[in-house]
Amino acid sequence: MTASSPLPSYVPILVLGAIAAGFAILTILFSHLIGRPRSTPAKSATYECGMPPVGTAHARFPVKFYLVCVIFILFDVDAAFLYPWALVFRELGIFGLIEMALFVCILGGGFAYAWKTGALDW
Amino acid sequence: MTALTWPQELAIRSALALTVVAFLLGLFSVMTYIERRLLAFMQFRLGPNRTGPLGLFQPVADGIKLFFKEEFVPQAANRWAFIAAPAVAITTALMAVAVIPYGGAVTMPRFDLLPEWLRGRPIPLQIAHLDVGVLYLFAVSTLGVYGIVLAGWSANNKWSLIGALRSSAQMFSYELALGLSWVGPILLAESLRIEDIVACQAGGIHRWNAIIQLPAFMIYLFAATAEVGRLPFDLPEAEAELVAGFHTEYASMKFALLQMAEYVNMITVSVLATDFFLGGWHAPLVSLQSAAGVNLGLLWFGGKTGALLFLFIWLRGTLPRLRYDQLMRFGWKVLVPAAVMHILGTAAVILWLTR
Amino acid sequence: MAETILFYALAITAFSAAFAVVLQKSALGSAFALIVVLCSLSAIYGLLGSPILATLQIVIYAGAVMVLFLFVIMLLDVRREKGGGGPRSFVPLALLFAGLLVLQVGAVLVGSELVPQSAPFDGSAKAFARRLFSQDYVYVFEATSVLIVAALAGALALARRRR
Repeated sequence: MTASSPLPSYVPILVLGAIAAGFAILTILFSHLIGRPRSTPAKSATYECGMPPVGTAHARFPVKFYLVCVIFILFDVDAAFLYPWALVFRELGIFGLIEMALFVCILGGGFAYAWKTGALDW
Repeated sequence: MTALTWPQELAIRSALALTVVAFLLGLFSVMTYIERRLLAFMQFRLGPNRTGPLGLFQPVADGIKLFFKEEFVPQAANRWAFIAAPAVAITTALMAVAVIPYGGAVTMPRFDLLPEWLRGRPIPLQIAHLDVGVLYLFAVSTLGVYGIVLAGWSANNKWSLIGALRSSAQMFSYELALGLSWVGPILLAESLRIEDIVACQAGGIHRWNAIIQLPAFMIYLFAATAEVGRLPFDLPEAEAELVAGFHTEYASMKFALLQMAEYVNMITVSVLATDFFLGGWHAPLVSLQSAAGVNLGLLWFGGKTGALLFLFIWLRGTLPRLRYDQLMRFGWKVLVPAAVMHILGTAAVILWLTR
Repeated sequence: MAETILFYALAITAFSAAFAVVLQKSALGSAFALIVVLCSLSAIYGLLGSPILATLQIVIYAGAVMVLFLFVIMLLDVRREKGGGGPRSFVPLALLFAGLLVLQVGAVLVGSELVPQSAPFDGSAKAFARRLFSQDYVYVFEATSVLIVAALAGALALARRRR
């Protein structure tokens, strides 16, 4: 909340969110009203290049996607700390640089382990 | 000038938000036309040229057609999730623009039609002035994955699900590099407000982050191209192998909303590149900032953004698609380590220079 | 006034979504309800005057951790719980832990004022960062990284192909 503005700074974001969501809902509703469905069994079948669908879509998937997601969390936390750190690192001086370098190095160790075990090879 | 009361402030912000949304959606429809035309010229074709003069009414025709298309939900789909997914996608895409400045302040003209308190008042072209602007952007861009995951999962189609998995893995891999490339400009500006980052680059091209933060700028360009799924990183809709990826089963306006979300994201990353790295609305030479007493900030801003949008189309007309393993390898083994190294290096250099 | 109304609206949303997490039959529905809980909590942080905590909550929980949850649900195709859930023998244990939790929260609530008067504080991003990276929290901060790396190593070991 800045002193110069009489409005809390998050209020315009709520307004924008309402506009965006309202636009999306109205569009879907409007197209639902004027584009009448004429459904036939063949039309509403799952698309599989024109052939009758085989089995369900929910088969098993490579665990790689899960691993990439875990590594993403690792660096997401890293980024979440880097942003506030970048704000004050001049005040912190060399202490702040070493503090963050150590943090990144420990995470880098985990990253190197993931790299070596092949979690990043597709 | 008297201070504004909160209803006046709210009115200004709401009007601004409406204008930005309308402008983005307008730019989206124009972009579809420009992209098709430009691609056609790059491939020695004509492109859409039948609807109206030079085919200019093509986007309007497309819009009308999509509205009248049959509303369609596949039998096997999870109905509500299937309908909600495009809404989630476009909402998160539009939410991102809240904290982006689009140029300096615009002074309202002294028309008699305007209420007294509005005449001659400078209005900053930014919907919300958030203390944590860049972090907010990062947060909203991570939420962008949900629309895609929801769309792909709910359709209960093999192509959709594989496409959604691929897209989301690609999106968050490159989101990291994208977010990390912003830390360099933050280090220089010492602020999470994008308007401060732009202000930090005032005073000529040698102060632009594209010059002094060149590696970060390059990381940003690669990551942004992949984040919005443009060629050569358009694996999500590799039509030769995945039909159309996560939006295989979508039709009519729901398809249009997903498409719209992609284009809005593309415009957003171009605007962000302008603000973060190309000096925002500042001219490359201080003497070019205004002509005949008129501030040309908006023109510079639009020009830079337009050039970046053209770059995206140009890339699409030029480069072939990567393979998925190449894509993931490039993101994780090159961009992410490079971005982290660059941040620590920048910090060390700044400390050394300000010793 | 408006803030009070907003707070109660968010609190009720968070509370009912939390119930939905537990009561939903479909795992994906639970996951989305949990996202609603996390987002309303983030909005409450924002109302309390700490926008940085609000955005970090979204970045880490709603943006990263929940995506992981969704991935697991999608990968394993956990559709619908069959029957009444897990074995009945867990019920006494679950009740015990629930009771402990209620006692803990109760103890905290009894010991504090009902309407705590907090001193005005600087909720800006810079003040937050100064506090976080000060000497006070340096060990905790570094320990966080060890914790994350341990979690990563665990995930990698589990996912490794047995030869």
